[in-house]
Amino acid sequence: MKLKYLGTMLTDDYPPFEIPYFQDMVAAGFPSPASDFMENPIDLNQYLVKNGVATFLFRVSGTSMIEALIDDGSLLLVDCSMQAIHNSIVVAKIHGDLVCRRLCLRPKYCLIAENKEYQPIYLDPDMEFEIMGVVTAVIHQFA
Amino acid sequence: MIALVDCDSFYASCERIFRPDLARKPVVVLSNNDGCVIARSKEAKALDINMGVPWFKVKKRYLAKGGVVFSSNFALYGDISRRVMAVLKMMSPRTEIYSIDEAFLELSGISKHIGCEKMGITIKSTINKWTKIPVRIGIGPTKTLAKVASYQIKKYDLPSRVLVLNDKHSIEKALKETPIIKVWGVGSRLAKRLAVENVETAWDLSRLPPEYIKQKFSVVLERTLRELNGEQCLEIEDIQPTKKQIMVSRSFAHKVNDLSTLHAIINDFVARAAEKLRSEQQKCSSVSVFIRNSYFRKEEYEYGFNNFILPYPSDDTRDFLKVVNKMLPLMYKSNVQYSKAGVMLSSFSDSSTVQDVVFPELHQKRNSALMKTMDKLNYYGYPVYLASQNAGRFNPIQRKMVSPKYTTNWNDLPLVR
Repeated sequence: MKLKYLGTMLTDDYPPFEIPYFQDMVAAGFPSPASDFMENPIDLNQYLVKNGVATFLFRVSGTSMIEALIDDGSLLLVDCSMQAIHNSIVVAKIHGDLVCRRLCLRPKYCLIAENKEYQPIYLDPDMEFEIMGVVTAVIHQFA
Repeated sequence: MIALVDCDSFYASCERIFRPDLARKPVVVLSNNDGCVIARSKEAKALDINMGVPWFKVKKRYLAKGGVVFSSNFALYGDISRRVMAVLKMMSPRTEIYSIDEAFLELSGISKHIGCEKMGITIKSTINKWTKIPVRIGIGPTKTLAKVASYQIKKYDLPSRVLVLNDKHSIEKALKETPIIKVWGVGSRLAKRLAVENVETAWDLSRLPPEYIKQKFSVVLERTLRELNGEQCLEIEDIQPTKKQIMVSRSFAHKVNDLSTLHAIINDFVARAAEKLRSEQQKCSSVSVFIRNSYFRKEEYEYGFNNFILPYPSDDTRDFLKVVNKMLPLMYKSNVQYSKAGVMLSSFSDSSTVQDVVFPELHQKRNSALMKTMDKLNYYGYPVYLASQNAGRFNPIQRKMVSPKYTTNWNDLPLVR
């Protein structure tokens, strides 16, 4: 609604106040019966992203995680503020590469692919390795 | 207490986020136009690549040693900076964003409960985990001392990346180790004048009488002196002041000698500056233009400058173009090889509070819907130009080695295997 102030009103009885002038048209027809029940439209960001400043998007290349329903071309939402635990699907930096794998903490620390053709990557303490964040959602578009 | 959070080699760190293969390699980032080195990773500093050095001077030597180079990618740096600053705002109720990679935080209140050092470490590790950017945090009773602490971390490469200066002894030691030129607000010219007074370190300055410094130098330096002694003179400015000026300036890819090319380039700068002005919902009444040749040439240094005050504040590109195109021929010299130009808009007033002129019909009636439509089309990637703009025929910006816009473009998302 457009609002313009015409000036300041000074009286003895009230503190000074601005005189409002509403510049919009007033609808004179029957008011919308829905107007009292309006809600915000459904927002996918709100549903998918818990911590926006720590969430990054990645695109999957290859089928190493196909049995976890992560396919070639899928979009991954990765939350870097979340703590990875046993069985978390994570994006990790290893051997100078970015990979998506399932993190296993028992019996041995390793990164497991969800595809029988891929070998697990066992993690040594002296390895250059970093978990970037936890995969919180996967989006795969069909059309 | 006040903390200064400073991102380590910010642009280079941004380039590394999605490139684990660069973890231990030297990384440098070049200025717009790939002219000079504007950011260096620790490894690049170790190769003696100085800040601001022209790229062509070190290129061969740097690449031979396996260094990696990027053109600047401000879409990426801007997004990562936004994330870092947002995390900081969660950590402290009072935050002043000081630059793209630095912020001051008020720690009093929070740190009472858990202590400054612990608070600093929490902030550091949260930023690092959430945004992947390494930071150092200098903490002190004043902004100037927080800056001194940050310098100490950098100088001694402290592994904890957090330093608190809170007691007399640690402050004295730090001030004695800080050359005067490294003190916040002291430039090289001022440092030379202070050298005459036998001031070589921050400590030397802090020992002088404030009244003397105020008289002989300035009230600003007096404040610096008081801040070094732990007296808070500068507040955290958590409310961003509105911009006072907008500047668009670039070096050209090739030297420019003829007036019509110069016209086209500068008209393009005017259009960009006016677009920024409108996006800030401001109007301005002062327009300045400069053109110059290169510092590095043997020929005489030529610098042309002109300024025009509009009769009424405007945000319409066409108003600015009209005056700029009158000024330009007055500055232009046909024997000069121009290499850089810039346009500055200043004297702002909020567009909603501009006074109406008495005889509006005397001013050509401007259709602001046209400007709005142009801005929208440009924003959504359908570039439209005024006919006088160079319209992309002569794009002065060279960025040959720019990385993908990993976080702001659907086509540039990082890949995982």
